[in-house]
This record gives sequence, structure tokens and C-alpha cells, in this order.
Amino acid sequence: MPKPLFVGVFGDEDHILDAVKACRAAGLDFHDVYTPFAVHGLDRAMGLPFSKVTWVTFCCGALGTTIALSGMSYASWWDWPLNVGGKEALPFPAFVPITFELTVLVGGVCTMLGMFALCMLFPGKKAKMLHKGQTDDKFVVALKVNDKFDEKKARAIFEQFHVEEVAHRDTDYDANDEQAAKAGGAA
Amino acid sequence: MGAHVYSVMREPLVTEKKTLHQITHDVCHSIEGKPSLLWWLGFLTTGALTLYAVGVMFYQMYTGIGTWGLNKTVGWGFDITNFVFWIGIGHAGTLISAVLFLFRQKWRTSINRSAEAMTLFAVLCALIYPTIHMGRPWLGPLWIAPYPNLRGPLWVNFRSPLLWDVFAISTYFTISACFWYIGLVPDLATVRDRAKHWLRKLFYGTLSLGWNGSTRNWNHYEVAYMIFAGLSTPLVFSVHTIVSMDFATSVIPGWHTTIFPPYFVAGAIFSGFAMVLTLLLIARKTMRLETYINAVHMDNMGKIILLTGSLVGLAYGTEFFVAWYSGSVYEGFAFINRATGPFAWSYWIMVSCNVISPQILWFRKMRRSPLVLFIMSIFVNIGMWFERFVIIVTSLHRDYLPSSWAYYTMTWVEFSELIGTFGIFFFMFFVFIRFLPGIAFGEVKGVNKFAQKHHDDHAAASTNKAEAHHA
Repeated sequence: MPKPLFVGVFGDEDHILDAVKACRAAGLDFHDVYTPFAVHGLDRAMGLPFSKVTWVTFCCGALGTTIALSGMSYASWWDWPLNVGGKEALPFPAFVPITFELTVLVGGVCTMLGMFALCMLFPGKKAKMLHKGQTDDKFVVALKVNDKFDEKKARAIFEQFHVEEVAHRDTDYDANDEQAAKAGGAA
Repeated sequence: MGAHVYSVMREPLVTEKKTLHQITHDVCHSIEGKPSLLWWLGFLTTGALTLYAVGVMFYQMYTGIGTWGLNKTVGWGFDITNFVFWIGIGHAGTLISAVLFLFRQKWRTSINRSAEAMTLFAVLCALIYPTIHMGRPWLGPLWIAPYPNLRGPLWVNFRSPLLWDVFAISTYFTISACFWYIGLVPDLATVRDRAKHWLRKLFYGTLSLGWNGSTRNWNHYEVAYMIFAGLSTPLVFSVHTIVSMDFATSVIPGWHTTIFPPYFVAGAIFSGFAMVLTLLLIARKTMRLETYINAVHMDNMGKIILLTGSLVGLAYGTEFFVAWYSGSVYEGFAFINRATGPFAWSYWIMVSCNVISPQILWFRKMRRSPLVLFIMSIFVNIGMWFERFVIIVTSLHRDYLPSSWAYYTMTWVEFSELIGTFGIFFFMFFVFIRFLPGIAFGEVKGVNKFAQKHHDDHAAASTNKAEAHHA
């Protein structure tokens, strides 16, 4: 079931940052904010919590460390102790480089996969666009139309910060797909 | 109303007043229209060189390593020289994308994408050499797995730097590729939304994973990007450190030196930045990107080259000092032989290209002249290739036993493979700038505001700027 949205399109990163701060202060709920590039401070202005992707990195990095240390100990000490110039069979300092590399490898690859998973991005996913320019030069605020929503207040805030376009959309709307746009885009 | 503070003393990173849409257009234009004649010329020439290189490598594998000029004394020659050379080239890309990101150096935005691509292509070129050096590379996978022999399954030796190298370089390639791809996703989404043809929509649509610029996604994205920068920074230093240990842990005079890790890392950044300059000075001219890759970028890269070049020069001096100060006869001989022996020509090419030629960069005017920088970057590329040649060949060719002293001459096969990898490298780069956005315009847009503001204030600021330059 598509949910109704109230959308404001802006043409400047500073305007949208201020508009988002004002909307939050006015107690309006965000569906999302779309920007062509990462606008510094926008996520905090929206009230988003710090990303959990750091946990993915930490856990998977630790997994990489474990794999490296246990794998090398198994191979060169438990399974077949190799006498190299009479040196110890379990030479910890010599294991450091590979342990570091595998920590970075497993931690890094999982960070990428974890980030895409948290964003629910995958090959073949269709991008839903509220405005055609949101990956180019437009900044789009989408407010939830719920009990807290007050159109007058929202409109006033948008206009205060030089909104270029205001529209009623719903969550099924897709500016790239004309049929879907018609179905969900009673402006 | 602006949330940012702009300093009039900083120069703009985009030299013309551009709207966000113009930036998108300028960069996407080059991958949307028909390719230029110059692009076709480069593509076909390097494509032909690639085919030639593949042919020569097949000939070498079919005939054997005897087609190289190696002998019993000089067991490493062109192969490992090229390997270390290409790995070094790769370092600048990660340095620009990760280290400069952590230091908040915003000028990296116009050059990071192509520098990262260059990293990947350079590492691929490097990987060719250990692979073909195996002689029978199809047996390679067996050596990673327990090796079946009379004593049962025998594992690889985890104490060997050569094995560390396998892990370091494959990790480096994978992490660089992931970092590069993460950076590409938002830009690919922009290209997808501009696409008209269904094939382009499918291609860029699949690669951009349904990105739509949501701030909920940017929130995760930015943290992941920062983590990648944090992971890549020690990684890039570890890679050339481990490469240097291939030499430093041996007992060959001229190789077993404790300064090798920092010396190699500085050299890698030095040669990498030279190659970035070579590529970008060509790209900005042929793709008309002078607005985005401008004097500020050249100036900053020039300064890094000057710094790392001086570090390399210092390392050359330190090696000689330690050879004398240690009192080791063999060490002393190796270095005197380097500068005056049969390979003295290669040593002096190295010194003049790496130590003397970058001195011109002390002058601001020279750092801002594309022609001077281009010529200088070619010199550094040559010099850094010779550095690896000098370290490897001159240390080996006169060992402890004078009766086994030998000279090393390259064969046509080795020369063809060297030229061939340059072909492969540039071929991949030509394909890249044709199909993927060569400038990270998503990031350039982030610094554009400052540039715009700068142009607005230009009249008021010009006096301040003049003073700042004099200061």
C-alpha cells in the first residue's frame, strides 16, 4: 500500500540543510531526503542515528584476524611443523603481515557488502526517483503525510528556504517510469 | 544563510563558475557522445600492443624462461623490476583516494577516480610478471594449496616475505577495487538517469544497484567510505613494505638494508604521482577537463613529488653512508660497484632522473606549467624504473664469488613484455575513460559551492589574494 508524501524540491545544498533543520524543529516526520552528493551534516540534521556499518567492519575484521592466525598456526605448527633454519615452528612475528592483510581483506569486503545490505541496494534493483534531477542537481525533501503532518507549516518552511517545486506524491511514485509516475503523482 | 565558511585565500578547485548540472554534463558528455578520433587512435594503438604482449607471453611460456636474458648470477632482471615498478605506480591512487581523504584534502576530488583506476590497472600489470615468471603458471594454484609430494601434504612457508607478498598484493587489489566501486555507485546512478538507450540503462542500472541519492543511504555510505579510507591507508604502506622485504630479508649486500620499507614506500608514491601526472595531463587536454584538473591540482601534486623525490634522494645517500659506516667490506663494495661498475650508466640515469630533475619543482611557476610537469613526470617514470633495475641487477651481478660475476642484457622478449605492459595499462585506461565517469563528479559537486562563492567574491578578494601570494 503506497503511503502519501509531501515533497519539496530545492536547488541549493545550503537551502535544503536549513529546510531540513526547520522541518525537524517543527516536528515533521521525514520519509527521506534525496541529494545528488553527500551534503555534510544532513544525516544528523534529519536525526538519523550513526551508521551500524562500523560493527560489520569490526566483527568481520576480527573474523579475518582469527582465520589468519588459526590457519597459519594449523598449517605450520599443528599439521606439519616445518624446520626452517632451526627457527620456531610458531613464529608469531612472522605471522603479523598475513594477519594484517587478512584482517583488512575480510573486514573491507564485508564492509562493502554490509553497507549495500544496510542500504538494501543490489544489482537489478530499480531506483525509485521522486524527481528526475535528484541524482544531478536537485535536492528533494520528502515528508511523511501522517498525524503530525501539517501542510500549511510544511509549505511555509519550504517557501522560507526558496523551494523550487512542491508536490503531493506517494511512495510508489517513480519519476523515471512514466506509468508509475501517473499513478502516484496527483500534484 | 550558508552553513559553510569560505576563505578567500584558498584558490577555487573548479576554475570556472559552473552549475551542478553543468558539472554533470561536462563529465558525462565524454562517455555519452561518439568517441573522439584521438581516443580511437589511442585505443587501437594500445589494443595492438596488448595483443602483441599476449603473443610474446605465449611464446615465452611455450619456449621457456630461457627466452629471457637471466643467467645463474642474475636470477632476477626485467621481470621483478617491472613487477616492483608497476606495484609502485599503483600506490599514488590509494594515497590520493585514502590518505588525502583522511587529511581532508579536498583537491583530491577531481583526480581520485582516475588515480584509483590507474592503481587497479597498474596492479594487474604487476601481477603479470610473477605469474609468467613461474614458467608454468597453470600449476600456480597448487602452490597455494597443500602441495602433494612424497612427504605428504606440504604447506607453504608462512615465514617467507614472498608469500606475504601474495597476500598483500591480492588484498591490495581487492580492497582498492571495492573502494573504487563504492565511489562509483552514486556517479553511475547519475549516468543511468541520463541514459536514453535501453542497453545503457541496463548496464548502468545494474552497476548502480538502484542508488537514488537517499540520505538514509548516504549515512551508511559515508561511514563505509571513511572506513575504507582508514583501512586502505595502512594497507598501502604495508604493501610496499612487504615488497621491500622480498629484498631486505635476504643476505645480498645492497638488499639487506633496514631502511628499505620507508625508502620503497616513498619511491612508490613518488613514481605513482609521476604516472598520475602523465595520465592526467593527457586526459585533461584530450577530454577538455582543464576546469576540473587545473593549476591547483598540478601545484599540489608537484609538491608531493618534490617531497617524496627528496626522501628517495636522502635514501640513496643513506645507503652509501651506511655502507661505509658499517665497515662491511661486501656492503661497501656493492655500493662502489653500483656507482662505478659495469652498470654505472643505469645508476647515473636513476640519480639524474630522480634526484636532479624534480629540483625544478621548487619553483611555483614550474609546478604550474603543464609542459614542464609532463616532461618532468616522464623523467621520473624512467628514473624510478631504473631505481628498481639498479637495486635488483647491480646487487646481484657481482656476488661473493668473483668467478661467477656476470653481466645481464635484456632480450627482445623482455623488452617486448615491458612495452607490452605499458600497452595493456593504457589500453585499460582508455576503456575506462570511455565507459565510466573519469572524474568523481559527485565529489566535485561537494566542493563546487566554495568555488562558486569564490567567483562571486572575486573582485573583493583579488587584493587579498595578491597579498597572500606574496606572503
